[in-house]
Amino acid sequence: METRHELKYTKEHEWVLIEGNQLTLGITDFAQSQLGDIVFVELPEVGTLVDAHEAVGNIESVKAVSEVFCPLAGEILAINKELEDAPERVNTACYDEGWIIRFKAEESDITEADLMDEEEYLAYAKAQE
Amino acid sequence: MRYIPSGSRAVREMLQRVGVAEIDDLFVTIPEPLKIKAPLQIRPAQSEFSLRRELKAKAATYPTEAFSFLGGGVYRRFIPSAISPVVTRAEFLTSYTPYQPEISQGTLQAMFEFQTLLAELTGMDVANGSMYEGATALAEAVLMAKRIKPKRNRVLVSQGVHPEYLETLRTYLHHQNLEIAVIPLNSAGQTDFHALRQVLDENSLCSLLQVVNFFGVIEDQAAHAELTQAAGCLNIASVLEMTSLGMLEPPGSFGVDIFVGEGQSLGLPLSFGGPNLGVFACKKAYVRKMPGRLSGQTVDQEGRRAFCLTLSTREQHIRREKATSNICSNQQLCALWVSMYLSLLGRKGLKELAEMNYSKGREAKKLLAAVPGVKIRHSAAHYNEFVIELPQKALRVWEELDRRGYLAGIPLVWFDPADDQALLVNVTEVNPKEEIEALALALKEVL
Amino acid sequence: MNPGRKGLVLAEPLLFERSKSGKGGMELPEWDVETYPTEEIPPHLLRKEEAKLPELSEPEVVRHFTRLSTYNYSLDAGFYPLGSCTMKYNPKLNDWAANLEDFTEAHPYAPYRHQQGLLELLWELKEDLKEIAGMDEVCLHPAAGSHGELLGILLIRAYHQERGDTKRTQVLIPDSAHGTNPSSAAICDLTAVTLPSGPDGLIDMAALDQLMTEKVAAIMLTNPNTCGLFETRIQEVIDLVHQRGGLVYFDGANMNALVGMARPGDMGADVLHFNVHKTFSTPHGGGGPGAGPIGLKSLLADYLPRPLLAKRGEELILDYNRPKSIGRVRSFYGNIGVLIRAWTYIRSMGPDGLVQMTGQAVLNANYIKARLEQDFHAPFGQAHCMHEVLLTDRGQKASTMDFAKGLIDRGFHPPTVYFPLVVSGALLIEPTETESKLALDAFCDAMLELKAMDAETLQASPTGAFVRRVDETLAARKPILRWKEES
Repeated sequence: METRHELKYTKEHEWVLIEGNQLTLGITDFAQSQLGDIVFVELPEVGTLVDAHEAVGNIESVKAVSEVFCPLAGEILAINKELEDAPERVNTACYDEGWIIRFKAEESDITEADLMDEEEYLAYAKAQE
Repeated sequence: MRYIPSGSRAVREMLQRVGVAEIDDLFVTIPEPLKIKAPLQIRPAQSEFSLRRELKAKAATYPTEAFSFLGGGVYRRFIPSAISPVVTRAEFLTSYTPYQPEISQGTLQAMFEFQTLLAELTGMDVANGSMYEGATALAEAVLMAKRIKPKRNRVLVSQGVHPEYLETLRTYLHHQNLEIAVIPLNSAGQTDFHALRQVLDENSLCSLLQVVNFFGVIEDQAAHAELTQAAGCLNIASVLEMTSLGMLEPPGSFGVDIFVGEGQSLGLPLSFGGPNLGVFACKKAYVRKMPGRLSGQTVDQEGRRAFCLTLSTREQHIRREKATSNICSNQQLCALWVSMYLSLLGRKGLKELAEMNYSKGREAKKLLAAVPGVKIRHSAAHYNEFVIELPQKALRVWEELDRRGYLAGIPLVWFDPADDQALLVNVTEVNPKEEIEALALALKEVL
Repeated sequence: MNPGRKGLVLAEPLLFERSKSGKGGMELPEWDVETYPTEEIPPHLLRKEEAKLPELSEPEVVRHFTRLSTYNYSLDAGFYPLGSCTMKYNPKLNDWAANLEDFTEAHPYAPYRHQQGLLELLWELKEDLKEIAGMDEVCLHPAAGSHGELLGILLIRAYHQERGDTKRTQVLIPDSAHGTNPSSAAICDLTAVTLPSGPDGLIDMAALDQLMTEKVAAIMLTNPNTCGLFETRIQEVIDLVHQRGGLVYFDGANMNALVGMARPGDMGADVLHFNVHKTFSTPHGGGGPGAGPIGLKSLLADYLPRPLLAKRGEELILDYNRPKSIGRVRSFYGNIGVLIRAWTYIRSMGPDGLVQMTGQAVLNANYIKARLEQDFHAPFGQAHCMHEVLLTDRGQKASTMDFAKGLIDRGFHPPTVYFPLVVSGALLIEPTETESKLALDAFCDAMLELKAMDAETLQASPTGAFVRRVDETLAARKPILRWKEES
């Protein structure tokens, strides 16, 4: 199971990269391997305002669906349009070309958010295996 | 019992292996007070011989020899002899839903072909493998519209929609926080588009038009498309007499968003109204919001063309409460039947069949309108069905004609107590000219 | 050109690829009226381009579909142990009955006097189903099991609504339930609340106690459940739900384990559906049509959909005068062709035959369990199962999917795989009563042979089916849902 040191993680097996008040979000290697071959990613519209823990999209394999949750309240700034034609990127490069959304949040929310660092997440994911 | 292969010896051997003395011991997990103490009070088993006699006697009360002019949602069709022996082959009849594609390519290819045939016929991008029947398909179309435009809440329904469909829709929408507004018909028998224009607004979710409406009148699909499009309201079209699409411009050409229909009219027997066939099609952009099974083309490990059920994440067995529908069993065998009917009928046959139905309808209108006191209610064009107005109570006339061997249409008083002097008359390719002439004569005598 | 793919396994292109211009395979009845012009119809409403239907002669069409049929495995050809699907033999007499011309040509709007025979048959079927389920009333309208579920939940909602009990917005559904349960509840705008199973695979009473609040409209339960186990605490479950004002929906998918032995009505169920295409032997047709009549207690009868089969003196009629009805749930009156088969089946079996059916179905499942449980993990450790046995791939070299595909090469339809979801790698095996001991032994032998095989060989299976493993990922990533002419 691959993880990245610079990222924070959620209990829904998502990663976020925090750059100031902007965050990039994707799913973890653990999550993509659990789902299997991803066939479709449903993305929100840019500009959508979301609440904390709101589902903003879906990731589908042939026989499973997993919702994408936004861990913080914010506004969708960008979506990874490439996934419409190449959803397999979530399998092959979940931390890079397989990113899902970019959104903006309040800095105070970011500091208070319930996110795990790499070490905590590894322990969390191991326990679920 | 001849359907159970195990004899007493096999049963004994199996009991021994399982480690119990008798079959009842296997039911120990059922608490004693819940077990049935006395035999079921149903009739004792009958032999195949006696059952066939009884069934024949039960069936015989229906007068297949009567001259029938009944339509109203299911249509009498000439059915070629080639269909039944092939469709009822055990390989089609006794197989399950094709969840194991490697041993279900027959059903899957046939489903893919059905989807193509219906897409061609309706001019839509994608058709699914089938729904139960037309009315539930219509209700599902509105539920799907709600997934596409979740913020809109009003459903506009033409009064030309089959009354049983409208009633089904009301039931399905009862808990959906959607309101239904019925758009009346004008005196020509078409949906009143002035009235529609007045209610269309930013809250209009979808508008339903039955292309050949319940009264047999051909609606103006172009006008409906223009109005709904301008309001950003989804356009849902429905056809119950599907052979009409042999001569009418297909709904897809008018940019219809969702198409639903009753496929019984494509060569299925009447069977007292079921099983029939719900047809469901939509624009490609909406396919992931669609209910029902879909067969898709793919390849096998060796690169050969193969088919499998696809986009299954929409369905209840995966998405559960968030599924696009609760439908599981569909009407696959009926869909197969229709595929075979359309294949036999062919391109030219469909066109000719439609023209024949239209012409027979015109002939019947002419002959019945010539009966003193009888009037054709609607001035707009009909396909093969129309309303006649009588100078007296329709039920009496209908009953009298029945006694003379004519099933002379459907008394509209069944659907509207005030409309008690009208019959809905349907004529198809199975009504020879003599039957139509005889009906006109009988009607003249009865009035 | 050699038409064979493998000897007499024949290749068959799509209809549209076979189509040759100009031909037709059907003669229409004679034109005996003049050809009327279409001047009445505005030109923009007339079809401009013909629908691209195939153009084939009758023998070509017959051959096309006959060849397709040979690519299907079927119940008439062999063992089909799909769990929770009850693939029992479909008697030919039933088909004969349903295809009687006077039944197939019956128009639903013909006068009642012509329908008496058919209505009488439906009445008798209704009475038999009432007796079999221990219910007060039966409605034959639903087209399939999930349609019956929807109707049942609509009745339950109407019941609570009439009592002014509007806060009940949840339905409790065990985690082992069919997906149709939560999706049917969703159409009625009820929230599905998952009821976890206990370690014994049965409803967890403590969890039920906690979740069964005044917000719960009903519980939907399947008994025996999809693990093949009878809910032994069913009486306590139902009593608790009733005490707290909820109703009980009983999913009858597994009635083949109960008929003639115990009745959901006696257990306290308020409404249930039958899967006629399971318990009462009607064919599945590659996915349908089915029929899903519901049985119910009298407290729900007022809300039944219109029209209701009724007696007016000696005459059977369809009664539309039902002021508290929830309305219609479909056009016309049900999947009659399927219901005729069910009537014929019940009459063929009689009360004793039905008891024998249930007993043999349960014995056959237990025999498979006895033969395989040393070699395959059987969760929940109950001594006996009901009509189906749940095994898993735990401890096996290959996965459940590999076993499924390996069975195909051995000449068997695979069991239900990866369902129920409460165990990992489920193999749910339902042999039904219509299989011989010989067939059961052959199946068990095949399972044991597959277990002994190396995983790699198994993963390569099937090699003997019409196609090799099918790429379902490609199908979903790049959906091709219809044929199109190559440009």
